[in-house]
Amino acid sequence: MKQEIGLLVVFLLVFLYDTFMPKKALNATAGFTCGLFAIFTLMGFGALMLDSDVTAFAGMYQTSAIITTIKNILNVGVLIVLVQSCRWANSDFTSVRRGEFYELLLVTLFGIYLMISARHFLLFIIGLEAASLPLAAMVAFDKKHYESHEAAVKYILTAVFSSAVFMMGLSFVYALSGSLYFADIYVALGSQPSVMLVVAIAFVIAGMGFKLSLVPFHLWTADVYQGAPTSVTSYLSVISKGSAAFAFLVIMAQVFGTFYSQVWEWMLYAVIILTITVGNLFAIRQLNMKRFLAFSSISQAGYIMLGVIAMNQTGVASLMYYILVYIFSNLAAFGVIQAIENKTGYVKMDDYNGLYKTNPRLSVTMMLAMFSLAGIPPFAGFFSKFFIFTGAIQQGSVAIYVLVLIALINTIVSLYYYLLVVKAMFINPDECKIPTFASAWTERLGMWVCVAGIILLGIVSCFYNTLLEMSLQSSILASL
Amino acid sequence: MFSNILIYFVVIPVVMLGLLAICQNIKQIRAVAVTGSIALMALSTYVLLEYLALRAAGDTSEMLFMGSWEWFVPLHINLAVGVDGVSIAMLILSSIIVFAGSFASWNIDQPKEFFLWLILLSTGVFGFFITIDMFTMFMFYEVALIPMYLLIGVWGSGRKEYSAMKLTLMLMGGSAFLMLGLIGIYYHSAPEGGQLTWNLLEIAKNDAISTGWQYFLFPMTFVGFGVLGAMFPFHTWSPDGHASAPTAVSMLHAGVLMKLGGYGCFRVAMYLMPQAANDLAWIFLILTGISVVYGAFSACVQTDLKYINAYSSVSHCGLVLFAILMLNTTAMTGAIMQMLSHGLMTALFFALIGMIYGRTHTRDIRQMGGLMKIMPFLAVCYMIAGFASLGLPGLSGFVAEMTIFVGSFENSDMFHRVLTIVACCSIVITAVYILRVVGKLLLGPVQDEHHRQLTDASWWERVSTVTLIVSVAAIGCFPNFFANLIRFTFDPSFFRALGL
Repeated sequence: MKQEIGLLVVFLLVFLYDTFMPKKALNATAGFTCGLFAIFTLMGFGALMLDSDVTAFAGMYQTSAIITTIKNILNVGVLIVLVQSCRWANSDFTSVRRGEFYELLLVTLFGIYLMISARHFLLFIIGLEAASLPLAAMVAFDKKHYESHEAAVKYILTAVFSSAVFMMGLSFVYALSGSLYFADIYVALGSQPSVMLVVAIAFVIAGMGFKLSLVPFHLWTADVYQGAPTSVTSYLSVISKGSAAFAFLVIMAQVFGTFYSQVWEWMLYAVIILTITVGNLFAIRQLNMKRFLAFSSISQAGYIMLGVIAMNQTGVASLMYYILVYIFSNLAAFGVIQAIENKTGYVKMDDYNGLYKTNPRLSVTMMLAMFSLAGIPPFAGFFSKFFIFTGAIQQGSVAIYVLVLIALINTIVSLYYYLLVVKAMFINPDECKIPTFASAWTERLGMWVCVAGIILLGIVSCFYNTLLEMSLQSSILASL
Repeated sequence: MFSNILIYFVVIPVVMLGLLAICQNIKQIRAVAVTGSIALMALSTYVLLEYLALRAAGDTSEMLFMGSWEWFVPLHINLAVGVDGVSIAMLILSSIIVFAGSFASWNIDQPKEFFLWLILLSTGVFGFFITIDMFTMFMFYEVALIPMYLLIGVWGSGRKEYSAMKLTLMLMGGSAFLMLGLIGIYYHSAPEGGQLTWNLLEIAKNDAISTGWQYFLFPMTFVGFGVLGAMFPFHTWSPDGHASAPTAVSMLHAGVLMKLGGYGCFRVAMYLMPQAANDLAWIFLILTGISVVYGAFSACVQTDLKYINAYSSVSHCGLVLFAILMLNTTAMTGAIMQMLSHGLMTALFFALIGMIYGRTHTRDIRQMGGLMKIMPFLAVCYMIAGFASLGLPGLSGFVAEMTIFVGSFENSDMFHRVLTIVACCSIVITAVYILRVVGKLLLGPVQDEHHRQLTDASWWERVSTVTLIVSVAAIGCFPNFFANLIRFTFDPSFFRALGL
């Protein structure tokens, strides 16, 4: 509960600052928000020491050490996004509305918190909507760009549609069980699946699939990622996706855990294979860096889902660790894209040819991000991929070996397109379209943090060890 | 942690990386590279002598200099190190080739980046040979693979982008199978309810992998490592990759990296899953037999010096896997000797080809000739390398191949005998392509009059080649020393597990 209250306080302070401060002081809104949020993030880690299991609102809301931790992980990601977006927020065109940007962002984060902590579907829906709808306004933030509007419309339509599908599934569940509490539903459903339940589970997977951009529910992703302002894209790709993955895990374990092998294991198999393969194959053909990362993030979502299908403690820990590493790797990539876009407006992969000659640091950052996303040691991505596969295989069936083998073969495809970016920067004949420039210190700070994360998160073992210890003690899978 | 001597095989390269990152000019870079590689050579020599002393004093434990430090505790992942004779042989080989490679890339463009990647690659190689923990081993294995992409892509020649991508993707494809195999081994590493482990020695001791799982996991790991060992039909990355790579990278890749494949096949696949190794060996024997003969025939028709040597590597590395699969002491000893011999000899070849190419700017043997008159030192070295390759007594090739074929022939059934005879034919074919190149390239009339102005080797090139020639001759003249070094690995208990 402390984190939600803290976030509300941050939100109110930013809101009041933005509304009542004189015009001159508004230039500091970005700094004010970042500073406030940094303090809040630190306090989140403090809350980890104090917060034991808390239940509120008649059991609708629950938090525990592991849930506080996933919120902290997301906070770190949001903080990096905020720092990286400072320059964009202060640019001439956006600065009049930067207050709204921060407020909307904090509201979505609040929704995400509720979504993660909800143990009752009503609260979950409130969180889901609060996390989705303001994002549409954020996607449309670049008023003068036509693509931004188009993206926003696409986003809001799919978001609403997916919520509708999700709630359709819930209504079936309610009809079967007569309750919206996770625990009650779990008991009421018994152990024999009915046809209605199968349909309900399919609808729930589809509804969450939109949010996670799993194939075949991914069609909005590329256009929205491309059209949205890059800061919003990076927020969408890591925070929104990471939180949805964890919430999905919680629902599947605590509500439908009984029907794992009977019903939804096979649905997820199909979805994972499709997601990883389609995401990878489409990423190969992309020329726009943001579209490219959109498809890369689709396939990454498929790998994250391996942590759900594992349904064991290693899987939970690996999923959280994967999200953590993915936040750092993807934000490093988006940081570079953003720095270049802000300075020169280039976002095509061809424009990156010969980048190493003009901007060696940016290209090394980008290379590390690509290596980490592809799972190359000694960078963190290797460890997160290895552990998520280890978690999945712990499940032990022959089918899971086949699934992991398909996922592994797909990592080769993904390595190919990640190397295309490296090739453009280091090997391709240099037209040097992008001149040498110095990025803003905020952008540099964001990238430095990401690079440190990429290098240290893997080699320093305490991060994963802590997560695994925590997940061994947690009750997330207790109902299984 | 730092009291263990083996950890310095990783510490030294990492320190070198740090120093290289702050180097300002090429002199400092050279100094770091040379000092570091000398330190590595000294370290491996020290470990060798210490190892022999301990063995002489009667230490019969499986691995020496063992150490283990916790890393990912809940998953039982440790940083565990330990060496036996085979690993030490590989460490010596690697350090010699890193040393020779540093001298061979004396005047490279963008030296800082080049050496950073090269040393990162050798960090992976050294790390791979000292660890006995599967996770760490796999990590170092991949660390050694990825720098190849940029080393070939940026500093290579010819169709470098295509070759770099092909090599990286094929090797990573192999490691995808390998990763699945290793995770599978982990979950079957202990009997029901026992403590799971990544440690090779403990897994071998537990011997808990059921035969059914062995049939699945053995091909996974063997093919995974076999791709790097250039096993047919997964060898196609090797000719293109080697032909496009810059000199030092070809040396390191053919000399050391391909040995990672053979070493891994024997250390992980065979050692942990002897039953499957025994039952499935015939499939891989046929595949490696094809590598041996097919590689040699392909080398006969190539006209590019590097392609000739790359196909010859496919043939010789095929022989390593071939010998390992013969499952007896003599053949396995031969396999390790062949790894050493091929590593040194092929590094020497690639160094010389790089030096010749740097002068003539062509690698097509039809456009060169009579180099013996123009650059006698390089030409004589090339001849020595050629003789080593075709198995002249007194040089390393003879010792290795002789041991392998004697060992293979010890298997008395028809299948093994026929395969041995077929593989033996490769010696003759090797002689054909080596002598063809020697005759065309070194002897005969000078083809291009511009070549007459070319100079002979400079001092740093001499250092590089002489080091390698001395090592080749050392193996050829003192084979017993090396055979004794690796003898303990293949003790009777190893073969008892195989049911032999």
